[in-house]
Amino acid sequence: MTAQTASTVAAGCAAPDQAAPLPLSVDLEKETVITGVVQSGGDPVAGAYVRLLDRTGEFTAEVVTSPAGQFRFFAAPGTWQLRALSRFGNGDATVTADRGVNEVSLAVA
Amino acid sequence: MSRESALVSADWAEKNIAAPGVVFVEVDEDTTAYDGGHIAGAIKLDWRQDLQDPVRRDFVNKEQFEALLSSRGIANDDTVVLYGGNNNWFAAYAYWYFKLYGHGDVKLLDGGRKKWELDARPLSKDEVKRPATQYVAQEQDLSIRAFRDDVVKAIGVQNLIDVRSPDEYAGRLLAPAHLPQEQAQRAGHIPTALSVPWSKAANEDGTFKSDSELAELYAAAGIDDSKDTIAYCRIGERSSHTWFVLQEILGKANVKNYDGSWTEYGSLVGVPVALGDEPGKA
Repeated sequence: MTAQTASTVAAGCAAPDQAAPLPLSVDLEKETVITGVVQSGGDPVAGAYVRLLDRTGEFTAEVVTSPAGQFRFFAAPGTWQLRALSRFGNGDATVTADRGVNEVSLAVA
Repeated sequence: MSRESALVSADWAEKNIAAPGVVFVEVDEDTTAYDGGHIAGAIKLDWRQDLQDPVRRDFVNKEQFEALLSSRGIANDDTVVLYGGNNNWFAAYAYWYFKLYGHGDVKLLDGGRKKWELDARPLSKDEVKRPATQYVAQEQDLSIRAFRDDVVKAIGVQNLIDVRSPDEYAGRLLAPAHLPQEQAQRAGHIPTALSVPWSKAANEDGTFKSDSELAELYAAAGIDDSKDTIAYCRIGERSSHTWFVLQEILGKANVKNYDGSWTEYGSLVGVPVALGDEPGKA
């Protein structure tokens, strides 16, 4: 399985530049990467707090978005929820992730 | 200890930014966060470079801690207010560390960097330089620090609290999900440890839940107040957050943080490990 075929792109989020850059040491055969950009009215939101919640809604991790609004998690295959908090508002998304890179669009309002 | 003595609010912090005898200290996992803007006048401590021995896997010793605080301009009678990112994980770790070396007046900023940023409170990029001091530390207070033998002896006897996420507890993940998952050690948890994720003690904005919510959380999880308690996580920072809640906010007695945590325990030869969502048997 290659990283390309494992990539799951959420509906409405087909832009190729959504993913945060990955360290070279990351093995996409093993890792389940969930990544994307937080947007408000189409503009990326830097400094948003994005949390990854497990299938029961329990907190698993939290990151702050990059200047380009990007976030990235290393999870496991399965269904996850994303929740963003920012000065521009909050937003939620759900992703069913497989091994490889899973891109998610996350809007706040 | 109590909420009033251990925690300060963002409002209090903003009013006391320039107060004499108050030193704000930022401690982050992402050690570049400070450089992008910090509370005016706050100094930075790098939890890895400043607080860990560069060779052995242990803390800096008393003399190194004294040299560190002296050079950063922290005096013994200063009120140290710690804050940071990741819902104060590393600030809570530093709080525990300051307590370990006997600092008198240390507080945590409720909500840390996250609440400060979400409130759109001011951040400064100005360089901060404080005059050097002659800091004198105490010997480590080992009543708040657990080592691996303490933990092995506590299985089935004391309260063990695993504060990692449920997927880490069960062995489905090896690290918090903002970090790559490839690790050398085994997955799972210490048998009989109860799963009470640190995050259940915090609101979404990083502030701590109310005393009554916190008391209810640990009672419902099955913590027995007649027993001693050891909290652990992966590297000891999230468990500092829970140690802070149990001892400093709720005032529980005999609570220790196991800073070796899962990266040590999960690499030990010959110790029992439990997999799955249940605590398992001793």
